[in-house]
Amino acid sequence: MLERYYHSVTLDREKCKGCTNCIKRCPTEAIRFADGKARIIAERCIDCGECIRVCPYHAKVAITDPLSSIKDFKYAIALPAPTLYGQFEKVHNLEDILAGLKLLGFDEVYEVARAADYVSAFAQREMEKRRGNRPLISSACPAIVRLIQVRFPELINNIIPISSPMEVAAQIAKKTFCEKRGVRAEEVGAFFITPCAAKMTVVKNPIGMDKSFVDGCISIMDIYGPLCSKIRRVTSAKDLQTATALGVGWANSGGEGRALQQENFLAVDGIHNVIQVLEEIENGKLSDLDFFEGLSCIGGCVGGPLVFENSFVAQNRVRRLIAKAKGTPLSEEEIDKQMSSIVWTFQKEIAPKPVMKLAEDLSVAIKKMEEMNAIFEQLPGMDCGSCGSPNCRALAEDIVRGYATEMDCIFKLKEKVKSLAQEMIELAEKIPLGKDKAGGEVGE
Amino acid sequence: METTDEATMSKYYSIEPGNFILAGEAAEQIKKILKQLGIDAALIRKVAIASYEAEMNLVIHSVGGRLILNVNPQEITIIAQDDGPGIKDIELAMKEGYSTAPDAARELGFGAGMGLPNIKRYSDRFAIQSAEGEGTRVEMTFYLS
Repeated sequence: MLERYYHSVTLDREKCKGCTNCIKRCPTEAIRFADGKARIIAERCIDCGECIRVCPYHAKVAITDPLSSIKDFKYAIALPAPTLYGQFEKVHNLEDILAGLKLLGFDEVYEVARAADYVSAFAQREMEKRRGNRPLISSACPAIVRLIQVRFPELINNIIPISSPMEVAAQIAKKTFCEKRGVRAEEVGAFFITPCAAKMTVVKNPIGMDKSFVDGCISIMDIYGPLCSKIRRVTSAKDLQTATALGVGWANSGGEGRALQQENFLAVDGIHNVIQVLEEIENGKLSDLDFFEGLSCIGGCVGGPLVFENSFVAQNRVRRLIAKAKGTPLSEEEIDKQMSSIVWTFQKEIAPKPVMKLAEDLSVAIKKMEEMNAIFEQLPGMDCGSCGSPNCRALAEDIVRGYATEMDCIFKLKEKVKSLAQEMIELAEKIPLGKDKAGGEVGE
Repeated sequence: METTDEATMSKYYSIEPGNFILAGEAAEQIKKILKQLGIDAALIRKVAIASYEAEMNLVIHSVGGRLILNVNPQEITIIAQDDGPGIKDIELAMKEGYSTAPDAARELGFGAGMGLPNIKRYSDRFAIQSAEGEGTRVEMTFYLS
């Protein structure tokens, strides 16, 4: 069955110069060139946003919803990611940021950081239940979950199957709003204020569930300007801030592990670093670890491709702002209550996506592999990317898959041109000139 | 099981002795190949652990050697072969916790004496041949059907 893939990350063809930056950095080798422009292989893309960051021409873009889309609903709720708090230079009060969101036109604001408090509690209980099979892996970063589906299927069982703070926030916020205002759920739209493209994708194409509770995603980059001017106009700060310091801390790498009260956890950020550690886990070398938090972006969510502020600056600000979080820790009753009224675990299994497979049939795959190895031996091994594949190995793979030919390699092409030219010269020397023939002596 | 046309592939990796920077790369490559072949993830994990141990053995103990991967629709075989110095007492070498790893390797956390026992545990068929002063040949097979 062919699955339809939605991706937030797309290409602006006009801006693409056909350089090799993105194809070489893509962690799933999901980008190729066709006609001098990049092309994203939908089945492989995990929406990590690495290409958005490395493209010098800003040709890789993430499609998110415009701020105006909140008007599609009678009522709109803002669900700010904790990362939003680290974006503002002169704002030292979390309440001001949340009040600013309301001035932008949202009827209500619910902190995803508060939902992170809940998710931390749910995950702690789940970890208690799941003895053995260590380390358990966080499901918070959708790009990492997709990476595991594509490249580390054996580790799927290590993922803690718990809904993300974003999904939990959408449910709690909508329910509370509907009860308070006496309105119908269909009239209310919940909008995640997102630092990344992967969250947008996961709303359209959920992991572990059929349909997302979130109605749209607005990028931090898009909302930053308008929000700044509103924050300046905030006069009285309301009681919108309910998350604890631990919930807000989820914005930074390691924040989730701390919120889960884990002593023996490892937090790794940056997708290429995460891949290295997942390899180790897959080799069974980190089984003494309890919890692994892998985040696609440098610094954690603060390093998302759709944020305004530099990752390290934002990380530091979040660290300082944490002290200002006023939320009280959740009581056991509050946790029980939410657990019985919202969807907090995955409803669907996370399926492996073996998109790297050469063929369905093993015999065919083996033959292709043998052929691929032989082709690879003949390639220059420079991994220049000029052919449009990320490296020589990938070109060999593309050739056996029928997407490329050896002549896509410019070095192979040069060799070929040279040998053809040589043949022409040899041929030219062999051809007797007409003049000689005519003017020469007539042979016997 | 009978196959009409014999599909096989093999790949050869030369392993440098004492080079801990490159150590593990062959096992990594083998893992990648098996994933591209679409081999079951649980089996790949077993092969990955065994081939990593075999590669480390070559790096730590041998004067140099090679790892050879063979795959056909029935089984995956990995042969680890070196040019010496050979194992004095194979029975002892197979015992969990027994190791002759030099200090240089122990300092890096290797030499727990689990290499050969793990290879045997994770493979479906295991064979070892060695003699002091000669090379060692370890063959591990994993069934696919």
